[in-house]
Amino acid sequence: MELKDKLVASFMAFENKGNIDLDSGVHKLRTKAIEKFEQLGFPAKKDEEWKYTSLNTLLKNDFSVFPDTKNELELRDVRQYFLDEIDTYRIVFIDGMYSPFLSHTSHEQGDICLLSSALKQPKYQMVIDHYFGKIASADESLTCLNTAFAREGAFIRIPKNTIVERPIQILYFSTGNEKELILQPRNLVIVDENSHVQIIERHQNLTDNKVLTNSVTEIFANKRAIVDYYKLQDDNLSASLIDNTYVQQKDSSIATVNTFSFGGRITRNNLTFTHEGERVTSYLNGISVIGDSQHVDNHTMIHHKRENCESHELYKGIYDDQSTGVFNGKVLVDKIAQKTNAYQQNDNVLIGDKASINAKPQLEIFADDVKCSHGCTIGQLDEKALFYLQTRGIPKKEARALLLFAFGNDVVERIKIPSLKARISKLIAQKLKVDLQIQI
Amino acid sequence: MLQIKNLHAGINGKEILKGIDLTVNAGEVHAIMGPNGSGKSTLSAVIAGNENFEVYKGDILFNGVSILELSADERAHKGVFLSFQYPVEIPGVTTTNFIKTAINANRKAKGLEDLPAKEMLQMIREKSDLLEMDRKFLSRSLNEGFSGGEKKRNEIFQMAMLEPKLAILDETDSGLDIDALKIVANGVNKLKRPDNATIIITHYQRLLDYIIPDHVHVLHDGKIVKSGAKELAYTLEEKGYDWVK
Repeated sequence: MELKDKLVASFMAFENKGNIDLDSGVHKLRTKAIEKFEQLGFPAKKDEEWKYTSLNTLLKNDFSVFPDTKNELELRDVRQYFLDEIDTYRIVFIDGMYSPFLSHTSHEQGDICLLSSALKQPKYQMVIDHYFGKIASADESLTCLNTAFAREGAFIRIPKNTIVERPIQILYFSTGNEKELILQPRNLVIVDENSHVQIIERHQNLTDNKVLTNSVTEIFANKRAIVDYYKLQDDNLSASLIDNTYVQQKDSSIATVNTFSFGGRITRNNLTFTHEGERVTSYLNGISVIGDSQHVDNHTMIHHKRENCESHELYKGIYDDQSTGVFNGKVLVDKIAQKTNAYQQNDNVLIGDKASINAKPQLEIFADDVKCSHGCTIGQLDEKALFYLQTRGIPKKEARALLLFAFGNDVVERIKIPSLKARISKLIAQKLKVDLQIQI
Repeated sequence: MLQIKNLHAGINGKEILKGIDLTVNAGEVHAIMGPNGSGKSTLSAVIAGNENFEVYKGDILFNGVSILELSADERAHKGVFLSFQYPVEIPGVTTTNFIKTAINANRKAKGLEDLPAKEMLQMIREKSDLLEMDRKFLSRSLNEGFSGGEKKRNEIFQMAMLEPKLAILDETDSGLDIDALKIVANGVNKLKRPDNATIIITHYQRLLDYIIPDHVHVLHDGKIVKSGAKELAYTLEEKGYDWVK
């Protein structure tokens, strides 16, 4: 049976399992979503948005839709994936199921807990009705697929005037109990007026069994809220990730999504920002360092719907071997959105002879008093700079790494959590295969 | 220290250096002068180990051993330094971190531990004072947005830090105003020791008013056509390069 049919057929069983209240809004949302998915199917190459990223090979796998057995992990198995140097909250999932043992949730400074309990408990019903599924697309097939099957993920709700001191780590592990597993995590983040939160999300496959993660995250930044979201993608080559993140911003909020893509077979980042208030600022930063036959596709969309807002995009890519990259940056400025400032920059270095990148800036501007710019570069390492470094006694391999480090540095510099910054620097050094004792 | 023997070299099969012989001993300052296109910069690039150039014939010995097979960084570890005519801008790496990396790479090649941070800082202070450098340049990206003069000063600062045995200054005076020229020349003079040597590559005799050479060579069409004492530089300035052709 094809994966699509299998998923559609499983939907009923899935709902029955969850003892769903047939009158609930969530049930209606799911039913609509599965119908939409059935109608659209998986994206294919003929879709403009999927021209350069093919899921064909992935979808041939015989994925288990729900893992039956629940697994536990020892802390020592996964400790290396935690940011342990600092005090953090942790929401940990194993094969899609919550792990209370590895997690550290909280209800002190708002709710830092699970989506499944928020969906079940009456006290959250108003919040769920107000936010759940409200910005996730109802027309995009993979998001619909997730909506239909969403049952677990992080639920973070920070009430107004709250600064959450500790970063929150959201971690998804897969243990390889199923030979081929599809996961559909769903995160909901609501940050109320004047509040501030830092979140780090990571997906990690612990074996060589195949995993496809189709994740959806909805982030609501209400008035003057500050949200810093970090996606650390360093999975093994048996894992692929389709990340669909939707961010809605109200007046004077500042939302940042940083995407660090180092691992995985196919990584697709769909990032959609919508401005529902004035004086909003959005930052989208990304760095991809990949090799082998890896593929990373950064698809961003910023919808400027109101006046006096700004968006800043900076994406850098380093591609080795026969790896491939895609950058598709869409900026839509409505007629009403005067005084918009929208900047987009995408720089790429191809160090592998067979590596390639498809870059596509896409600006649609309907307002007449705006500042919008986009820039894109694709190049190779500067031979002159390499020679210069070598004449100072720095060996070629280190000189290359130093230049590549320097190339990605302005993205790394934007990381506001020092221990995360150190970890990312280290990961980049590892990807570049050098032991580099430099702090740039 | 440096012996160049019948060196023929060029790029993409085109011969630029057509038989150079040059001996530089410890403690000496040599000036190599010549018109545009005479091969001055090629000579410096070939000594420093730029892989884009090919050596067709001849040899370069450093302290009696051929260095032709060594990469640029290995030559640097032996003590060869090239001050670039056009120093490269490297955004994202501060001058301080760059020089730290370079110093420690050289130490590593010699089997030494990294220089302790305190000593490094001390040394950076001393050497940047020697060149009257504004400290703020040290925390800026290497050469990025520096003026021509600031870049050249930074080159000599790096030389002061790395303490090479043989320094080749390629057109170090170009882009320098008279004050910066004096500071740079003063720096070079102060770094002069009986056990190191300097090759100054220049168009004009101007720099040689401040750094007095022991020997002057005139390069023309890939060959040294005349050698002499420092007075040769004045004669050249007066009569022009046509005189030696």
